[in-house]
Amino acid sequence: MRYIERDLVVEAVERLCIEANYYIEDDVLNALKRSRKLETSPIGQKVLDQIIENDFIARNDSVPMCQDTGMVVVFLEIGNLIHIDYDIYDAINEGVRNGYLHGYLRKSVVKHPLDRVNTGDNTPAVIHTKIVMGNSLTITLAPKGAGSENMSLVKMLTPADGYEGVKKLVLDTIFDAKGKPCPPIIVGIGIGGTFEKCALLAKEALMRPIDDVSEDPIARKLEEELLEEINKLGIGPLGFGGTQTALAVKVNVYPCHIASLPVAVNTQCHAARHKKIVL
Amino acid sequence: MKITTPLTDEVIENLRSGDQVYITGKIYTARDAAHKRLVELLKNNQPLPFDIKGQIIYYVGPTPAKPGQVIGSAGPTTSSRMDPYTPVLLEAGLKGMIGKGERRDYVKEAIVKHKAIYFAAIGGAGALIARTIRSVKTIAYEDLGAETIRELEVVDFPAFVVNDIYGNDLMLDNISKYRMEDKNE
Repeated sequence: MRYIERDLVVEAVERLCIEANYYIEDDVLNALKRSRKLETSPIGQKVLDQIIENDFIARNDSVPMCQDTGMVVVFLEIGNLIHIDYDIYDAINEGVRNGYLHGYLRKSVVKHPLDRVNTGDNTPAVIHTKIVMGNSLTITLAPKGAGSENMSLVKMLTPADGYEGVKKLVLDTIFDAKGKPCPPIIVGIGIGGTFEKCALLAKEALMRPIDDVSEDPIARKLEEELLEEINKLGIGPLGFGGTQTALAVKVNVYPCHIASLPVAVNTQCHAARHKKIVL
Repeated sequence: MKITTPLTDEVIENLRSGDQVYITGKIYTARDAAHKRLVELLKNNQPLPFDIKGQIIYYVGPTPAKPGQVIGSAGPTTSSRMDPYTPVLLEAGLKGMIGKGERRDYVKEAIVKHKAIYFAAIGGAGALIARTIRSVKTIAYEDLGAETIRELEVVDFPAFVVNDIYGNDLMLDNISKYRMEDKNE
Protein backbone atom coordinates (compact mmCIF):
# COMPACT_ATOMS: atom_id res chain seq x y z
CA MET A 1 0.00 0.00 0.00
CA ARG A 2 1.19 3.51 -0.82
CA TYR A 3 0.07 6.41 1.34
CA ILE A 4 -0.79 9.69 -0.45
CA GLU A 5 -0.56 12.76 1.76
CA ARG A 6 -3.61 15.03 1.94
CA ASP A 7 -1.48 18.14 1.31
CA LEU A 8 -0.26 16.62 -1.94
CA VAL A 9 -3.84 16.34 -3.19
CA VAL A 10 -4.82 19.85 -2.04
CA GLU A 11 -1.79 21.45 -3.67
CA ALA A 12 -2.19 19.49 -6.91
CA VAL A 13 -5.82 20.54 -7.27
CA GLU A 14 -4.99 24.19 -6.55
CA ARG A 15 -2.31 24.14 -9.23
CA LEU A 16 -4.53 22.37 -11.77
CA CYS A 17 -7.32 24.94 -11.30
CA ILE A 18 -4.96 27.82 -12.00
CA GLU A 19 -2.98 26.24 -14.82
CA ALA A 20 -6.07 24.96 -16.63
CA ASN A 21 -7.53 28.46 -16.67
CA TYR A 22 -4.33 30.29 -17.68
CA TYR A 23 -2.52 27.94 -20.03
CA ILE A 24 -4.33 26.41 -22.97
CA GLU A 25 -3.06 22.96 -23.94
CA ASP A 26 -0.99 22.70 -27.12
CA ASP A 27 -3.40 20.24 -28.75
CA VAL A 28 -6.23 22.80 -28.54
CA LEU A 29 -4.07 25.69 -29.69
CA ASN A 30 -2.81 23.68 -32.67
CA ALA A 31 -6.38 22.74 -33.58
CA LEU A 32 -7.35 26.44 -33.46
CA LYS A 33 -4.43 27.34 -35.74
CA ARG A 34 -5.44 24.56 -38.12
CA SER A 35 -9.03 25.83 -38.23
CA ARG A 36 -7.74 29.37 -38.91
CA LYS A 37 -6.03 28.00 -42.03
CA LEU A 38 -9.17 26.18 -43.14
CA GLU A 39 -11.69 28.95 -42.44
CA THR A 40 -12.90 30.65 -45.62
CA SER A 41 -15.17 33.30 -44.06
CA PRO A 42 -13.27 36.61 -43.65
CA ILE A 43 -15.11 37.45 -40.43
CA GLY A 44 -14.50 33.92 -39.16
CA GLN A 45 -10.79 34.39 -39.82
CA LYS A 46 -10.79 37.63 -37.81
CA VAL A 47 -12.54 35.90 -34.93
CA LEU A 48 -10.06 33.01 -34.92
CA ASP A 49 -7.14 35.45 -35.00
CA GLN A 50 -8.52 37.16 -31.89
CA ILE A 51 -9.12 33.83 -30.12
CA ILE A 52 -5.55 32.68 -30.82
CA GLU A 53 -4.13 36.05 -29.77
CA ASN A 54 -6.21 35.88 -26.59
CA ASP A 55 -4.82 32.46 -25.70
CA PHE A 56 -1.27 33.73 -26.14
CA ILE A 57 -1.98 36.77 -23.94
CA ALA A 58 -3.44 34.52 -21.24
CA ARG A 59 -0.36 32.27 -21.37
CA ASN A 60 2.16 35.10 -21.34
CA ASP A 61 0.45 37.23 -18.69
CA SER A 62 -0.70 34.26 -16.55
CA VAL A 63 -4.33 35.39 -16.55
CA PRO A 64 -7.55 33.45 -17.24
CA MET A 65 -8.19 33.02 -20.98
CA CYS A 66 -11.93 33.43 -20.29
CA GLN A 67 -13.78 35.24 -17.50
CA ASP A 68 -16.03 32.21 -17.04
CA THR A 69 -13.54 30.15 -15.09
CA GLY A 70 -16.18 27.50 -14.71
CA MET A 71 -17.49 25.01 -12.22
CA VAL A 72 -14.78 22.45 -11.51
CA VAL A 73 -15.30 18.89 -12.73
CA VAL A 74 -12.85 16.32 -11.38
CA PHE A 75 -12.28 12.76 -12.53
CA LEU A 76 -10.46 10.70 -9.90
CA GLU A 77 -8.86 7.39 -10.71
CA ILE A 78 -7.95 5.81 -7.41
CA GLY A 79 -5.48 2.94 -7.58
CA ASN A 80 -6.50 -0.05 -5.46
CA LEU A 81 -3.05 -0.10 -3.84
CA ILE A 82 -3.14 3.43 -2.43
CA HIS A 83 -4.12 4.28 1.11
CA ILE A 84 -6.10 7.40 2.01
CA ASP A 85 -7.24 7.97 5.60
CA TYR A 86 -8.92 11.36 5.06
CA ASP A 87 -11.95 12.70 3.18
CA ILE A 88 -10.64 12.97 -0.40
CA TYR A 89 -13.64 15.07 -1.52
CA ASP A 90 -12.94 17.55 1.23
CA ALA A 91 -9.28 17.71 0.17
CA ILE A 92 -10.26 18.38 -3.45
CA ASN A 93 -12.67 21.13 -2.46
CA GLU A 94 -9.95 22.74 -0.35
CA GLY A 95 -7.72 22.72 -3.43
CA VAL A 96 -10.47 24.33 -5.50
CA ARG A 97 -11.04 26.99 -2.82
CA ASN A 98 -7.31 27.82 -2.73
CA GLY A 99 -6.96 27.77 -6.52
CA TYR A 100 -9.85 30.14 -7.14
CA LEU A 101 -8.67 32.52 -4.44
CA HIS A 102 -4.94 32.55 -5.22
CA GLY A 103 -5.45 32.39 -8.99
CA TYR A 104 -7.89 35.35 -9.06
CA LEU A 105 -10.47 33.15 -10.75
CA ARG A 106 -14.18 34.00 -10.84
CA LYS A 107 -16.39 32.32 -8.26
CA SER A 108 -19.29 31.05 -10.32
CA VAL A 109 -21.03 28.50 -8.08
CA VAL A 110 -24.33 29.05 -6.23
CA LYS A 111 -25.19 26.96 -3.18
CA HIS A 112 -28.76 26.15 -4.18
CA PRO A 113 -29.96 26.04 -7.80
CA LEU A 114 -33.18 27.86 -6.91
CA ASP A 115 -32.31 30.50 -4.33
CA ARG A 116 -28.93 31.08 -6.06
CA VAL A 117 -26.65 32.46 -3.35
CA ASN A 118 -22.98 32.31 -4.40
CA THR A 119 -20.83 29.98 -2.27
CA GLY A 120 -18.05 32.56 -2.58
CA ASP A 121 -15.20 30.11 -3.19
CA ASN A 122 -16.29 28.17 -6.29
CA THR A 123 -16.83 24.98 -4.26
CA PRO A 124 -18.09 22.35 -4.38
CA ALA A 125 -16.53 20.62 -7.37
CA VAL A 126 -18.38 17.88 -9.24
CA ILE A 127 -16.28 14.80 -8.51
CA HIS A 128 -16.43 11.46 -10.33
CA THR A 129 -14.56 8.54 -8.81
CA LYS A 130 -13.29 5.36 -10.39
CA ILE A 131 -11.32 2.57 -8.71
CA VAL A 132 -8.53 1.29 -10.94
CA MET A 133 -5.64 -1.17 -10.52
CA GLY A 134 -2.32 0.27 -9.38
CA ASN A 135 -0.65 2.46 -6.77
CA SER A 136 -1.29 5.94 -8.10
CA LEU A 137 -3.97 8.59 -7.90
CA THR A 138 -4.83 10.31 -11.20
CA ILE A 139 -6.65 13.63 -11.08
CA THR A 140 -8.15 15.06 -14.28
CA LEU A 141 -9.59 18.51 -13.68
CA ALA A 142 -11.77 20.54 -16.04
CA PRO A 143 -13.16 24.01 -15.26
CA LYS A 144 -16.43 23.91 -17.23
CA GLY A 145 -17.95 27.18 -18.40
CA ALA A 146 -21.71 27.55 -18.52
CA GLY A 147 -21.98 29.02 -22.03
CA SER A 148 -21.20 25.70 -23.65
CA GLU A 149 -22.48 23.44 -20.85
CA ASN A 150 -25.94 25.05 -21.17
CA MET A 151 -26.19 23.96 -24.81
CA SER A 152 -25.79 20.26 -23.91
CA LEU A 153 -28.52 17.65 -23.93
CA VAL A 154 -29.46 14.08 -22.96
CA LYS A 155 -32.06 12.23 -25.01
CA MET A 156 -33.40 8.69 -24.77
CA LEU A 157 -33.65 7.63 -28.41
CA THR A 158 -35.17 4.30 -29.45
CA PRO A 159 -33.07 1.51 -30.97
CA ALA A 160 -34.94 2.05 -34.28
CA ASP A 161 -33.53 5.60 -34.43
CA GLY A 162 -30.09 4.02 -34.81
CA TYR A 163 -26.97 5.56 -36.31
CA GLU A 164 -28.82 8.13 -38.42
CA GLY A 165 -31.02 9.12 -35.46
CA VAL A 166 -27.94 9.85 -33.37
CA LYS A 167 -26.46 11.97 -36.16
CA LYS A 168 -29.65 13.95 -36.59
CA LEU A 169 -29.89 14.61 -32.85
CA VAL A 170 -26.30 15.88 -32.70
CA LEU A 171 -26.62 18.07 -35.81
CA ASP A 172 -29.93 19.57 -34.62
CA THR A 173 -28.47 20.28 -31.17
CA ILE A 174 -25.41 22.03 -32.59
CA PHE A 175 -27.41 23.99 -35.15
CA ASP A 176 -29.90 25.23 -32.55
CA ALA A 177 -27.05 26.34 -30.28
CA LYS A 178 -25.47 28.48 -33.06
CA GLY A 179 -22.97 30.94 -31.52
CA LYS A 180 -23.96 30.42 -27.88
CA PRO A 181 -21.46 27.67 -26.92
CA CYS A 182 -18.57 29.79 -28.30
CA PRO A 183 -17.55 27.85 -31.41
CA PRO A 184 -15.30 26.43 -32.71
CA ILE A 185 -16.47 23.81 -30.24
CA ILE A 186 -15.46 20.31 -29.28
CA VAL A 187 -18.42 17.96 -29.20
CA GLY A 188 -18.42 15.14 -26.62
CA ILE A 189 -20.96 12.44 -27.35
CA GLY A 190 -21.93 9.56 -25.08
CA ILE A 191 -23.96 6.72 -26.54
CA GLY A 192 -25.30 3.77 -24.56
CA GLY A 193 -25.42 2.79 -20.91
CA THR A 194 -28.33 4.35 -19.06
CA PHE A 195 -29.70 7.88 -18.64
CA GLU A 196 -26.91 9.03 -16.30
CA LYS A 197 -24.15 6.88 -17.82
CA CYS A 198 -24.41 8.42 -21.28
CA ALA A 199 -24.01 11.92 -19.81
CA LEU A 200 -20.85 10.82 -18.05
CA LEU A 201 -19.57 9.17 -21.25
CA ALA A 202 -20.04 12.47 -23.10
CA LYS A 203 -18.11 14.40 -20.45
CA GLU A 204 -15.34 11.78 -20.44
CA ALA A 205 -15.16 12.04 -24.23
CA LEU A 206 -14.27 15.74 -23.83
CA MET A 207 -11.25 14.78 -21.71
CA ARG A 208 -9.66 12.91 -24.63
CA PRO A 209 -6.74 14.58 -26.46
CA ILE A 210 -8.11 16.53 -29.42
CA ASP A 211 -6.30 14.48 -32.06
CA ASP A 212 -7.02 10.94 -30.87
CA VAL A 213 -9.58 8.75 -32.60
CA SER A 214 -11.93 6.19 -31.10
CA GLU A 215 -10.80 2.57 -31.12
CA ASP A 216 -14.38 1.54 -31.78
CA PRO A 217 -14.92 1.46 -35.58
CA ILE A 218 -18.53 2.69 -35.46
CA ALA A 219 -17.69 5.49 -33.05
CA ARG A 220 -14.73 6.48 -35.22
CA LYS A 221 -16.90 6.65 -38.34
CA LEU A 222 -19.40 8.76 -36.44
CA GLU A 223 -16.65 11.12 -35.25
CA GLU A 224 -15.38 11.65 -38.78
CA GLU A 225 -18.78 12.08 -40.42
CA LEU A 226 -20.17 14.35 -37.73
CA LEU A 227 -17.14 16.64 -37.78
CA GLU A 228 -17.54 17.09 -41.52
CA GLU A 229 -21.30 17.63 -41.33
CA ILE A 230 -21.17 20.00 -38.33
CA ASN A 231 -18.72 22.14 -40.28
CA LYS A 232 -21.23 22.32 -43.14
CA LEU A 233 -23.86 23.89 -40.86
CA GLY A 234 -22.40 27.34 -41.58
CA ILE A 235 -22.32 28.53 -37.96
CA GLY A 236 -18.59 29.32 -37.95
CA PRO A 237 -16.46 30.90 -35.23
CA LEU A 238 -18.69 32.53 -32.57
CA GLY A 239 -21.72 31.97 -34.83
CA PHE A 240 -20.70 34.76 -37.22
CA GLY A 241 -20.92 32.39 -40.19
CA GLY A 242 -18.16 30.18 -41.54
CA THR A 243 -16.82 26.72 -42.16
CA GLN A 244 -15.16 26.10 -38.79
CA THR A 245 -17.85 25.27 -36.24
CA ALA A 246 -16.18 22.30 -34.53
CA LEU A 247 -12.53 21.46 -33.84
CA ALA A 248 -13.27 17.84 -33.03
CA VAL A 249 -16.01 15.33 -32.28
CA LYS A 250 -15.40 12.66 -29.64
CA VAL A 251 -17.70 9.69 -29.27
CA ASN A 252 -17.59 7.31 -26.28
CA VAL A 253 -19.82 4.24 -26.24
CA TYR A 254 -21.01 1.68 -23.66
CA PRO A 255 -23.29 -1.38 -23.82
CA CYS A 256 -26.96 -0.68 -23.18
CA HIS A 257 -30.38 -2.32 -22.68
CA ILE A 258 -32.06 -4.06 -25.65
CA ALA A 259 -34.82 -1.45 -25.56
CA SER A 260 -32.66 1.69 -25.08
CA LEU A 261 -30.51 4.10 -27.04
CA PRO A 262 -29.42 6.85 -24.62
CA VAL A 263 -27.48 9.71 -26.23
CA ALA A 264 -25.79 12.68 -24.58
CA VAL A 265 -24.29 15.66 -26.38
CA ASN A 266 -21.90 17.74 -24.26
CA THR A 267 -20.64 20.88 -25.95
CA GLN A 268 -17.27 22.40 -25.08
CA CYS A 269 -16.27 25.94 -26.04
CA HIS A 270 -12.97 26.78 -27.78
CA ALA A 271 -11.48 27.53 -24.35
CA ALA A 272 -11.24 23.77 -23.82
CA ARG A 273 -9.57 23.50 -20.46
CA HIS A 274 -8.50 20.33 -18.73
CA LYS A 275 -5.32 19.25 -16.99
CA LYS A 276 -4.21 15.93 -15.59
CA ILE A 277 -1.76 14.91 -12.90
CA VAL A 278 -0.67 11.50 -11.67
CA LEU A 279 0.24 11.34 -7.98
CA MET B 1 -14.28 51.59 -37.81
CA LYS B 2 -13.62 53.60 -34.62
CA ILE B 3 -16.61 54.83 -32.63
CA THR B 4 -17.01 56.67 -29.35
CA THR B 5 -19.65 56.66 -26.62
CA PRO B 6 -22.26 57.92 -25.94
CA LEU B 7 -23.66 56.77 -29.30
CA THR B 8 -25.29 59.38 -31.50
CA ASP B 9 -27.99 58.70 -34.11
CA GLU B 10 -25.49 59.66 -36.79
CA VAL B 11 -23.02 56.97 -35.70
CA ILE B 12 -25.77 54.37 -35.39
CA GLU B 13 -27.10 55.16 -38.87
CA ASN B 14 -23.64 54.46 -40.31
CA LEU B 15 -23.23 51.05 -38.71
CA ARG B 16 -24.04 47.89 -40.68
CA SER B 17 -24.16 44.28 -39.56
CA GLY B 18 -20.74 42.67 -40.06
CA ASP B 19 -18.79 45.89 -39.40
CA GLN B 20 -15.80 45.47 -37.12
CA VAL B 21 -15.73 48.35 -34.65
CA TYR B 22 -13.34 49.64 -32.00
CA ILE B 23 -15.21 51.36 -29.18
CA THR B 24 -13.67 54.15 -27.09
CA GLY B 25 -15.29 55.88 -24.11
CA LYS B 26 -17.42 54.84 -21.17
CA ILE B 27 -19.49 51.66 -21.20
CA TYR B 28 -21.49 50.06 -18.38
CA THR B 29 -21.45 46.45 -17.22
CA ALA B 30 -24.61 44.62 -16.25
CA ARG B 31 -25.81 41.04 -16.50
CA ASP B 32 -28.66 38.85 -15.22
CA ALA B 33 -29.27 40.03 -11.64
CA ALA B 34 -28.39 43.69 -12.35
CA HIS B 35 -30.82 43.75 -15.29
CA LYS B 36 -33.60 42.49 -13.07
CA ARG B 37 -32.97 45.36 -10.64
CA LEU B 38 -32.72 48.04 -13.37
CA VAL B 39 -36.01 46.97 -14.89
CA GLU B 40 -37.71 46.97 -11.47
CA LEU B 41 -36.53 50.55 -10.90
CA LEU B 42 -37.98 51.64 -14.25
CA LYS B 43 -41.28 49.90 -13.49
CA ASN B 44 -41.52 51.85 -10.23
CA ASN B 45 -40.56 55.13 -11.93
CA GLN B 46 -37.38 55.36 -9.90
CA PRO B 47 -34.08 56.75 -11.23
CA LEU B 48 -31.41 54.36 -12.56
CA PRO B 49 -27.95 54.32 -10.91
CA PHE B 50 -26.48 55.84 -14.11
CA ASP B 51 -27.80 57.93 -16.99
CA ILE B 52 -28.63 55.30 -19.59
CA LYS B 53 -29.32 57.71 -22.50
CA GLY B 54 -27.08 56.99 -25.47
CA GLN B 55 -25.04 54.47 -23.49
CA ILE B 56 -23.80 50.95 -24.12
CA ILE B 57 -24.31 48.07 -21.69
CA TYR B 58 -21.71 45.29 -21.76
CA TYR B 59 -22.87 41.87 -20.61
CA VAL B 60 -19.88 40.73 -18.57
CA GLY B 61 -18.93 39.25 -15.23
CA PRO B 62 -15.14 39.65 -15.03
CA THR B 63 -12.65 37.65 -12.99
CA PRO B 64 -11.14 39.47 -9.98
CA ALA B 65 -8.26 41.83 -10.88
CA LYS B 66 -4.79 40.54 -10.07
CA PRO B 67 -2.50 43.00 -8.27
CA GLY B 68 -1.52 45.66 -10.83
CA GLN B 69 -4.53 45.06 -13.08
CA VAL B 70 -7.59 47.35 -13.28
CA ILE B 71 -9.83 44.39 -14.11
CA GLY B 72 -9.50 40.65 -14.61
CA SER B 73 -10.45 38.76 -17.76
CA ALA B 74 -13.59 40.31 -19.17
CA GLY B 75 -15.17 38.62 -22.18
CA PRO B 76 -18.89 38.76 -23.03
CA THR B 77 -21.58 36.47 -21.66
CA THR B 78 -24.59 35.07 -23.55
CA SER B 79 -26.90 37.95 -24.49
CA SER B 80 -30.16 36.06 -24.88
CA ARG B 81 -30.50 35.74 -21.10
CA MET B 82 -30.94 39.52 -21.02
CA ASP B 83 -33.60 39.50 -23.77
CA PRO B 84 -36.65 39.78 -21.47
CA TYR B 85 -35.24 43.00 -19.94
CA THR B 86 -33.82 44.60 -23.08
CA PRO B 87 -36.84 46.28 -24.73
CA VAL B 88 -37.61 48.19 -21.50
CA LEU B 89 -34.03 49.48 -21.31
CA LEU B 90 -34.08 50.50 -24.98
CA GLU B 91 -37.30 52.37 -24.31
CA ALA B 92 -35.46 54.21 -21.52
CA GLY B 93 -32.75 55.38 -23.93
CA LEU B 94 -30.14 52.61 -24.02
CA LYS B 95 -28.45 52.69 -27.44
CA GLY B 96 -26.07 49.76 -27.53
CA MET B 97 -25.44 46.33 -26.10
CA ILE B 98 -22.34 44.13 -26.25
CA GLY B 99 -22.58 40.40 -25.64
CA LYS B 100 -22.38 37.12 -27.50
CA GLY B 101 -24.87 34.95 -29.37
CA GLU B 102 -28.08 35.87 -31.13
CA ARG B 103 -31.11 37.79 -29.79
CA ARG B 104 -34.80 36.93 -29.90
CA ASP B 105 -36.99 38.50 -32.59
CA TYR B 106 -38.70 40.90 -30.18
CA VAL B 107 -35.30 42.31 -29.22
CA LYS B 108 -34.30 42.73 -32.86
CA GLU B 109 -37.57 44.59 -33.46
CA ALA B 110 -36.96 46.83 -30.44
CA ILE B 111 -33.44 47.55 -31.75
CA VAL B 112 -34.90 48.82 -35.03
CA LYS B 113 -37.71 50.73 -33.31
CA HIS B 114 -35.46 52.56 -30.84
CA LYS B 115 -32.53 53.02 -33.26
CA ALA B 116 -30.03 50.98 -31.29
CA ILE B 117 -27.21 48.55 -32.07
CA TYR B 118 -26.33 45.07 -30.87
CA PHE B 119 -22.62 44.26 -30.94
CA ALA B 120 -20.95 40.93 -30.28
CA ALA B 121 -17.51 40.68 -28.76
CA ILE B 122 -15.43 37.52 -28.99
CA GLY B 123 -16.71 35.01 -26.45
CA GLY B 124 -13.80 33.49 -24.59
CA ALA B 125 -11.39 36.32 -25.44
CA GLY B 126 -11.43 37.68 -21.89
CA ALA B 127 -7.70 38.33 -21.62
CA LEU B 128 -7.52 40.21 -24.93
CA ILE B 129 -10.55 42.39 -24.15
CA ALA B 130 -9.28 43.21 -20.64
CA ARG B 131 -6.30 44.96 -22.24
CA THR B 132 -8.64 47.57 -23.76
CA ILE B 133 -10.18 48.46 -20.37
CA ARG B 134 -8.26 51.38 -18.85
CA SER B 135 -10.24 52.14 -15.69
CA VAL B 136 -13.09 50.72 -13.68
CA LYS B 137 -15.52 52.53 -11.38
CA THR B 138 -18.16 50.80 -9.27
CA ILE B 139 -21.60 52.28 -9.92
CA ALA B 140 -24.07 50.06 -8.05
CA TYR B 141 -24.95 46.65 -6.60
CA GLU B 142 -21.58 45.67 -5.18
CA ASP B 143 -23.42 42.90 -3.32
CA LEU B 144 -23.74 41.11 -6.66
CA GLY B 145 -19.99 40.42 -6.87
CA ALA B 146 -19.02 39.68 -10.49
CA GLU B 147 -22.42 41.11 -11.48
CA THR B 148 -21.80 44.57 -9.98
CA ILE B 149 -22.64 47.47 -12.32
CA ARG B 150 -19.36 49.09 -13.27
CA GLU B 151 -18.40 52.00 -15.49
CA LEU B 152 -15.53 50.97 -17.75
CA GLU B 153 -13.32 53.40 -19.59
CA VAL B 154 -12.35 51.54 -22.77
CA VAL B 155 -9.99 52.32 -25.63
CA ASP B 156 -10.46 50.47 -28.92
CA PHE B 157 -12.63 47.74 -27.44
CA PRO B 158 -13.05 45.20 -30.33
CA ALA B 159 -16.57 44.17 -31.38
CA PHE B 160 -18.68 43.32 -34.40
CA VAL B 161 -22.07 44.77 -35.37
CA VAL B 162 -24.67 41.97 -35.30
CA ASN B 163 -28.06 43.73 -35.45
CA ASP B 164 -28.33 47.18 -37.04
CA ILE B 165 -31.26 49.60 -37.40
CA TYR B 166 -31.97 48.34 -40.91
CA GLY B 167 -33.01 44.90 -39.65
CA ASN B 168 -29.84 43.14 -40.81
CA ASP B 169 -28.57 40.24 -38.72
CA LEU B 170 -24.94 39.15 -39.10
CA MET B 171 -25.55 35.70 -37.66
CA LEU B 172 -28.71 34.81 -39.55
CA ASP B 173 -27.46 36.23 -42.86
CA ASN B 174 -23.94 34.84 -42.67
CA ILE B 175 -24.81 31.38 -41.36
CA SER B 176 -27.14 30.77 -44.29
CA LYS B 177 -24.40 32.00 -46.60
CA TYR B 178 -21.93 29.36 -45.37
CA ARG B 179 -24.44 26.57 -44.76
CA MET B 180 -24.05 23.64 -47.14
CA GLU B 181 -27.50 22.20 -47.58
CA ASP B 182 -26.68 18.54 -48.01
CA LYS B 183 -26.49 18.22 -44.20
CA ASN B 184 -28.28 15.35 -42.48
CA GLU B 185 -30.84 13.90 -44.84
